[in-house]
Amino acid sequence: MFEIVRIENFSPSTFLWEVRAPEIAHAARPGQFVIVRCDEKAERIPLTIADFDVVSGTVTVVIQAAGKSTFDMKAYKALDQISDVAGPLGEPSEIENFGTVVLVGGGLGVAPVFPILRALKLKGCRTISIIGFRSKSLVFWEGRFREYSDETIIVTDDGTYGEKGLVTQPLKQIITEREINRVIAIGPLVMMKAAAEVTRPAGVRTIVSVNPIMVDGTGMCGSCRVSLGGEVKFACIDGPDMDGHLVNFDELLIRQKRFSKYEKKSLELYEKKCQKK
Amino acid sequence: MPKKVIVRQSSAHLPPETRRTNFEEVVCGYSEAEALTEAGRCLQCKTPVCITGCPVKINIKQFINFISKKDYKGAYKTITEANLFPSICGRVCPQERQCEASCVLGKKQEPVAIGLLERFVGDRAQQNDWHETHPVEPIDKKAAIIGSGPAGLACAYDLAKAGVTVVVFEALHRPGGVLIYGIPEFRLPKEVVFKEIENLRGLGVTIETNRVIGKIHTIEELMTRLSFDVVFIGAGAGYPKNPGIKGDSLNGVMSANEFLTRVTLMHGADFPKYGTPVGIGKNIAVIGCGNTAIDSARTAMRLGPDNVYIVYRRTLEESPARKEEIRHAREEGVRFIWQTVPVELLPDDEGWVKGMDCIQRKVDETGLHIDSKFFLYADTVIYALGTMANPIISRTTPELKIDKTGYIETSEDNLMTSIPGIFAGGDITRSTGTFTTVIHAMSTGRRAAKGMLEYLKAGQ
Repeated sequence: MFEIVRIENFSPSTFLWEVRAPEIAHAARPGQFVIVRCDEKAERIPLTIADFDVVSGTVTVVIQAAGKSTFDMKAYKALDQISDVAGPLGEPSEIENFGTVVLVGGGLGVAPVFPILRALKLKGCRTISIIGFRSKSLVFWEGRFREYSDETIIVTDDGTYGEKGLVTQPLKQIITEREINRVIAIGPLVMMKAAAEVTRPAGVRTIVSVNPIMVDGTGMCGSCRVSLGGEVKFACIDGPDMDGHLVNFDELLIRQKRFSKYEKKSLELYEKKCQKK
Repeated sequence: MPKKVIVRQSSAHLPPETRRTNFEEVVCGYSEAEALTEAGRCLQCKTPVCITGCPVKINIKQFINFISKKDYKGAYKTITEANLFPSICGRVCPQERQCEASCVLGKKQEPVAIGLLERFVGDRAQQNDWHETHPVEPIDKKAAIIGSGPAGLACAYDLAKAGVTVVVFEALHRPGGVLIYGIPEFRLPKEVVFKEIENLRGLGVTIETNRVIGKIHTIEELMTRLSFDVVFIGAGAGYPKNPGIKGDSLNGVMSANEFLTRVTLMHGADFPKYGTPVGIGKNIAVIGCGNTAIDSARTAMRLGPDNVYIVYRRTLEESPARKEEIRHAREEGVRFIWQTVPVELLPDDEGWVKGMDCIQRKVDETGLHIDSKFFLYADTVIYALGTMANPIISRTTPELKIDKTGYIETSEDNLMTSIPGIFAGGDITRSTGTFTTVIHAMSTGRRAAKGMLEYLKAGQ
């Protein structure tokens, strides 16, 4: 069993769990993920590691309540126990002094960017962060980003905070105006696809972190297959970091809907049950 | 008057129409009377050739003799000298290619049902708790076992019995490996596996779930920071093959590993009570005809589809699956399309598979190939084409020698890898030859355990 030591709510639907898992915290590197299974009946859910702390022996994940399983997760309280946390899984991000790096985070994807940002900064990179949210009320970790970024740009879809617009707008401007050595973009598939398109003409190496549907997370089932430059890769063992210019995003967008029919049904049942209560 | 021939006792089976709707065990197993009658058929040959057909050389003649004398405990002890898990192997071994294929009785009539007798003894033992429990004298040595499938469990058992402190690291949330995530409930009830694993715990073995070795700990860390004296890698060949044809990535296409894991390990048939959906349609095509393919087809059948097909490039005779399982699948309504390969999977407008273009190749009596092309409607395609070596451990252990295809190389005599103190067996190696069965994996686990004990002794 694993204890949730702290919960932080970012918005009515997004929240953070800090989970005690000393061995995972010890082994974790930026870019890796864990698979969480809350109880005997729950799914195995892959979540990218948003932070890890060897001293406190904890790993942090950020969750958006979107389906039945994640709504269930929202009901947990601090000091509750969950059955299983497996990890760290996947290949760590490449951390080197690349020169100037732009880190782009969208929505919940902002969280897993953070450990990469911190590691790159500590390696000596010049770091420019662009983090985007739908609205001001959803903004989180601004302070943490400012601490490790030479420049921090915040955008919101509705303009209630920072610049109005999408993360790709400042990204495009920076790519055009300056010498950038690498871009790291994590967020919804459409955002990562758009970011990769922005950097493609300039040929700036762009790493995205894909998070397809998984079961075991150890290469055994192939659920998380990604077409990368025409080759089949598994996000769980070859990723989750991948070359954004080679990822077939359109295929991933379709594959993301593999279980939507079931997820919808499950959520409807869940909502009915909640109403009864 | 001719001597009355006693026919081979068949075990009761659930009728196909009932079992198609549930996951209950299909083969009910022998009653005591049936077991005694069947044991009575054994000729007790002077030179029992059945034993040579057994990959772990169980003393079959002797255990059957014990059954005849109603000394079931004696029979259990005899079997477990060679095979620790008779309840499991009695159910999943391909006996018709092993012990029963060599049975002398089989030349003129049906061979002795050695598998069913083995299961009878194993189940008796489970019901009566005959497993080894006597406390072991510890020898102050620590072994790490990677993977809790058949190879790892067998290795752990032998090491624990020798007094070694054993920790088994399992990647999934539940121990048992393929016995738990792969082989369906209706062929191997999970309760049977749980009991064997509980017995192992009773011997003092610790099982740590959720531990992906190569990630949470490297092999090197196991030997240094975590101070294990020896390591056994039995991580399995978990990496699915796909044919690489157009349409492989379409929605509705998945590996047998994914499908079986969703149903068997994650209880997908009970969605939404359990959180993991299975996501199959009404017309299911399973590609391949090994045991995993048959397991997939029979599992799919239990989820209420319209049609389940097995599409196989060769013929029935060439299928590596157990004949009994093929028969069961047929009885349950699975349809077999022989000598056929899919050449392209075709999508509907939303990116889901809607069917496959297939080529069926038959050879006429003059040796001429006659190909015919046809379209098979299928909204679910399950690939059961075998597996390749999982790369997690080899990628994080550069000193570990692997062959061209990624399998871990081991020495023939003791199954030690290129790193001293690190042993390997089961499907992550080629040590089982071309056999990827439970019993072969178990036998490599035991061979490695022997090698590990000798290694530990030599190092003292």
